[in-house]
Amino acid sequence: MLLRVEDLHVVVEGKELLKGISLSLDYGEIVAIMGHNASGKTTLALTLAGFPQYVVSKGRILFEGQEISSKGIDERAKLGLALAFQSPPAIRGIKLGHMIALSAGINPWQPKPGDDLELPKKILSKVNLDPERYTERELNVGFSGGERKRSELAQIFAMKPKLMILDEPDSGVDIDSLKILGSALLEYFNSIRCGIMIITHHRHILQYLKPTKVHILSGGKVAITGSYEELMPKIEEKGYERLIKEEGVNG
Amino acid sequence: MGEEWRKKYKLEALQAVTKRAAFGNDIDLSDFVTVPSREGELTDEVAKKTLEVGVDLGAKKTGTYFQLDHSVLLSQIASKVKGVEMMPTDEALDKYDWLKNYYWKALSVSQDKYTAVAELRQTKGYFIRSAPNTKVDQPIQACLYIGSEGLLQAPHNIVIAEEGSELNIVTGCTADSRARMVAHIGVSEFYVKKGATLIFTMIHSWSEDAYVRPRTGVIVEEGGTFISNYVLIKPVKDIQSYPTAHLVGKGAKAKFNSIIYASKDSIIDLGNRIYLMAEGTSGESVFKVVSTGTSKVYNRGQVFGQNRGTKGHLDCRGMILCPTSTITAIPELVAEHSETELSHEAAIGRLQEEQLHYLMSRGISPEQAIGVLVKGFLDPGLPGLPERLQEEIRSKLSLLDRRSEGGAKEPC
Repeated sequence: MLLRVEDLHVVVEGKELLKGISLSLDYGEIVAIMGHNASGKTTLALTLAGFPQYVVSKGRILFEGQEISSKGIDERAKLGLALAFQSPPAIRGIKLGHMIALSAGINPWQPKPGDDLELPKKILSKVNLDPERYTERELNVGFSGGERKRSELAQIFAMKPKLMILDEPDSGVDIDSLKILGSALLEYFNSIRCGIMIITHHRHILQYLKPTKVHILSGGKVAITGSYEELMPKIEEKGYERLIKEEGVNG
Repeated sequence: MGEEWRKKYKLEALQAVTKRAAFGNDIDLSDFVTVPSREGELTDEVAKKTLEVGVDLGAKKTGTYFQLDHSVLLSQIASKVKGVEMMPTDEALDKYDWLKNYYWKALSVSQDKYTAVAELRQTKGYFIRSAPNTKVDQPIQACLYIGSEGLLQAPHNIVIAEEGSELNIVTGCTADSRARMVAHIGVSEFYVKKGATLIFTMIHSWSEDAYVRPRTGVIVEEGGTFISNYVLIKPVKDIQSYPTAHLVGKGAKAKFNSIIYASKDSIIDLGNRIYLMAEGTSGESVFKVVSTGTSKVYNRGQVFGQNRGTKGHLDCRGMILCPTSTITAIPELVAEHSETELSHEAAIGRLQEEQLHYLMSRGISPEQAIGVLVKGFLDPGLPGLPERLQEEIRSKLSLLDRRSEGGAKEPC
């Protein structure tokens, strides 16, 4: 199993935000995490990625069978866990091309023999960002919503991760960008058969990715788990609140 | 030397030898010697060191001035460089009678004890002049090097960009690592004539016990542009400087860019002063600093709006990597005309954790991530600098990155 989360409790600044989440995700599997705002979706993503403010008070996170709760952000990334941020920071002075190279383990200022210095351009083409224009752009500075999301994908593609956690890759993205994102993701997924955990509010991107499983979170717990085909129409019809009331484990 | 006309400066200087500078620690200049302990020699080691400050003594296609202690070991212009002349200032003063009209005219000899001592103990310096309507392809290079222990080096430089010319100069100032306890007082006068452009880049790389007091005055005439790029990356004992530009002609412009990496117990007190004297003049100072160790950094800035349609801006961006270091920004805006527009912006803070974590989430170690962020923060992108030199500066910043990978989490 690629990822196994067991009874995960997470505390941030003294407040318990995740209250016993259990789920699993295997290689070649796409799992969607849905739920209303403040249900714990982003907390789960940032906890899995190892952000130190998110303290695991109980439970375990097993990545390829290895307990990673005490590992740092960079160590988890090196193991093969990559997070695409919902709102990535803009950083002046760092070029997107350099950041993609760094994500691939290449030091763009002191490359080693055999390093593919063209890699950033190749990856930018994959996410439909013109390499001539974007390689030299400062990281996320002045980027539109869609550009930021594609910049995120470019960076995590460069990492060749085993598990991609995509935190709302579709928020603030127009329909054209959504198509680009969806097909780029699918192509990448099909080429390396990694695992994908996608956090989203919308069905549009899921139409491309067709998750095997959907977990609906509420109050820091998994309230409902089901197939995409089964749950999506219900969510659309009833909304999260009513659906959880009627069918949720806490409902 | 010693002509009648210079006597008045000597006399003025004598009156000011004990006059403390307006800013910075007071340095007892009697602690330093004025006679070098050894004969200056251009060795491979020296040439390597000058490369660190961006000056390639082997460059064939440009002009190069190299002064070791008080000896001018190189002052030559490649034959293909047309319209630029360069020689030691003493020689130029002997050669050109008119040059006395430029001597101590951009700043005052009695400004403080350092200008005074520079006059009384002057040791060469360079004179560079571009003829009207000429343009250099590659920057002219100049290097002032201290090789002797305990030495006081006090060159007097004069640069004139004549009407319509474009002159680009890279100056490196450095000291031999074995030359302990040295002092450098470099006087520089820049004259940018009508419609001319002067880009002046100075890279400082001193030793940890060097005392540095550059004194600089700039006069920019109508439609002229003065751009100063200043880079200081290595530790220094104590540096204080406040280059001052006078924009005397309509539409003249001045821009100062500074990139500082303050480390160890360096005391760095730097600023820029801009007088927007004529109509439509504009000036800007952008100061970027990263402080580590127990360094103390002061960024002063003064801009005087003195005429209609003038615009001035002071910008200080500081990143404190170590809690034991300090950065103080002291911007001053002085509006002396109702139609001037002056602004300042200062932002000083620690490295943003959000950015650090973001980089780490790509598998970059915390040490390397700090290095990348510092490099990005200070990224030169300096106008008028050839890519080779930009890369040179970037690679220096990369060394900071490598050092941090070597062990200590933060260089505090």
